[in-house]
Amino acid sequence: MDARAPFCHACGTIQPPRAVDHFVRLGVKRQFDVDLRELERQYFGFQRRFHPDRFATKSAEERAFSLQHSTATNEAFETIRSPRRRAEYLLTLLGQPALPADAHTVGDPALLAEVLQLREALDESAEPRAMQRIAQDALARAEDCTRSIAAAFAAGNLAEAGKQTLWLAYLDKLADEIRARGRRPKPGP
Amino acid sequence: MLLQIHEPGQTPMPHAGDNLAVGIDLGTTNSLVAISRDGKPEVLRDPRGRSLIPSIIAYKTDGAVAVGDDARLVLLDEPERVISSIKRLMGRGTDDVKRLAGSLPHELAPGRSGEMVKLVIGDRVVSPVEVSAEILRELRHRGEGALGQSVTRAVVTVPAYFDDAARTATKDAARLAGLEVLRLVNEPTAAALAYGLDKGAEGTFAVYDLGGGTFDVSILRLEKGVFQVLATGGDAALGGDDFDHAIAEHFLAQSPGAAPSAAEVKRALFSARLAKECLSTQDSGEWWIERDGRRSAHPLDRATLDRLLGPLVERTIAICGEVLHDARLAVEDLAGVVLVGGSTRVPLVQRRVAEFFARPPLSDIDPDEVVALGAALQAEALTRGSDTLLLDVTPLSLGIETLGGLVEKIIPRNTAIPVAKAQEFTTYQDGQDAMVVHVVQGEREMVDQNRSLARFTLAGIPPMTAGAARVRVEFAVDADGLLTVSAREQTTGREQRVEVRPTYGLPPEDMERMLRESMKHARDDLARRLLTEARVEGERALLALEGALRKDSQLLSAPERSTIETAVARLRRSVQGEDRDDIMQAITALDGACQDFAQRRMDHGVASALKGLTIDRVERDMAGGRG
Repeated sequence: MDARAPFCHACGTIQPPRAVDHFVRLGVKRQFDVDLRELERQYFGFQRRFHPDRFATKSAEERAFSLQHSTATNEAFETIRSPRRRAEYLLTLLGQPALPADAHTVGDPALLAEVLQLREALDESAEPRAMQRIAQDALARAEDCTRSIAAAFAAGNLAEAGKQTLWLAYLDKLADEIRARGRRPKPGP
Repeated sequence: MLLQIHEPGQTPMPHAGDNLAVGIDLGTTNSLVAISRDGKPEVLRDPRGRSLIPSIIAYKTDGAVAVGDDARLVLLDEPERVISSIKRLMGRGTDDVKRLAGSLPHELAPGRSGEMVKLVIGDRVVSPVEVSAEILRELRHRGEGALGQSVTRAVVTVPAYFDDAARTATKDAARLAGLEVLRLVNEPTAAALAYGLDKGAEGTFAVYDLGGGTFDVSILRLEKGVFQVLATGGDAALGGDDFDHAIAEHFLAQSPGAAPSAAEVKRALFSARLAKECLSTQDSGEWWIERDGRRSAHPLDRATLDRLLGPLVERTIAICGEVLHDARLAVEDLAGVVLVGGSTRVPLVQRRVAEFFARPPLSDIDPDEVVALGAALQAEALTRGSDTLLLDVTPLSLGIETLGGLVEKIIPRNTAIPVAKAQEFTTYQDGQDAMVVHVVQGEREMVDQNRSLARFTLAGIPPMTAGAARVRVEFAVDADGLLTVSAREQTTGREQRVEVRPTYGLPPEDMERMLRESMKHARDDLARRLLTEARVEGERALLALEGALRKDSQLLSAPERSTIETAVARLRRSVQGEDRDDIMQAITALDGACQDFAQRRMDHGVASALKGLTIDRVERDMAGGRG
């Protein structure tokens, strides 16, 4: 029985999920390049079968297994959908995490300088238009990064993939911050 | 009704079977029950054709409980015995409600900080869960009357923005009313389901749901039978009630005098609601309020109404902007906006929604019924199977308190559910042997600005230097949006799990008591059985205490002993009588009187158990256990 057949072939009841990686869980290739439409189709397909709504009237045990499957499927989808999380996860699977567990700082001075520069620009601009420009810059940089990560993975250069992934993590964080600022409710007219 | 007899061949639903489940919209102002058969949902009506049950409960002087239109009649004579808008208090603690105090037309029972809020009605004290259970019981009866068979299972809708405590309270209320909740479904999601299945809608939609007491807006993607919530937002305390309050305050301000009484406020709110409803179709009118026994007339026109409601409506529009932002979408990306909830009949609401979303909103399904219809569809899907799939999200971020009163978010808002996430925390002092896990819900950075859901202590951490212990805290949100938290110390492999119920939820013993009490209302023979059970429980408590006193009475001082003896005597008397409540109270009183004693016995027991324990003894025991 593989991960894609988590039902008992004799009685048809759902079985507990097995420990498989997120790529196997969603039935996509274990690689950085992912077709997001295909990923989503797979995700919906698995949720259709596993979601607790399908087991609402089943035994407590089956409901618990369904909950575990559905939770694991959500986790896998959230991880693979995001380029940053996908890259981090893939690097960990390959035994070369972007940020080793015992490291707390980034050693790359060029990266630090660029991050600081963007952050300063963000702090100085309270004005929405300037903030939008920084957001666009960060987004364009993030897309560059994602392309570089893909190229690095394709070339088997995990060190480079790790470096670019760290960069992407900083850009993601910056984008989140910009979004959080943009979300603040504006006063009514 | 115990038994309904039908002419042969005239049974309303001959082949319904037992696995039938209804959909329930438990609203702030009105509640409905609906059923779906073969994908065709319909609202269930009473013999007079009414579909809405006003969410109003009257606790009458003779002890009877009236629900809905019957309760509304009581409003005129004895407004102080009538409760409305109870949904706004679901899952609320005494502290939350103090802030609302002035605007709340109910007398609150004094409660300790951190306890669930309770209302005083005449000589009764009731919790929001019990009051909601009365409405749910009425809905169940309506369903049973219309379907001609018993109804025991339901999908119940809740505002998407309801927090964990309010969701738990809703589920508890259903249980009290004899209903198994198959799923709690978010109201905008239910509405989208009804629209999607009925109108075959595809694309990304905003659902603007303004009810009597709550506001929700959800952005959903509808595609090939998948209903995927992308983002949700709202305000659990903003709705048509607030419109009524704004209008009532306007009226009351025009007729100066002493602070209005609770009854005067209730009548003014009643007039305000009428004014709001009338001004949805006409341009102006005049309404009466009463003040110090005098009546006064107050004209109101549409322009003034819009000015009064403007700030409230703008709050909903601002939230729409935030939610679109969270979904990373612009207005142009939407295929449409759907109006849900009775308060969307207000012309100002319709106009502002149309302006903000730059298109006329959809309201082809009755905004009062659409949520119940969606719930019925989901109830059918859960019991009969379905090709559609609802993927919802958690509306508010969940986190725990860290050093300095900061919140560490563990599950961010708008995460697809079910979800489980874990994070590791460590000790900050050498030798620290316990850690308080404080669970909060909300978006703010400081703990005290968020909703506190639960607090528990993970004890038994082996003494280590600061930062060496590894405590893994796991948050799991199920498909109902309900949270379970567990914490585990990992360094030593020693495990402690703590399941959490919200601070403001019903303690399990209260739930049991209420369940028993609710059944007492239902049937006399049951009352008989419960009396017997109470007696048995009382006798058991007396026996247990006797044993404890024989063994450990030296742990008590003379006055403590006499307090316990008084409680014992009372329980002895009670179990001889016929009054079950009296027995239960006597048991509770005895429990209370013995609490310190029990604690001391426990401490004493643990201490003496550990005293004689040496390493070889433990090893011997373990070896013996294995052999």
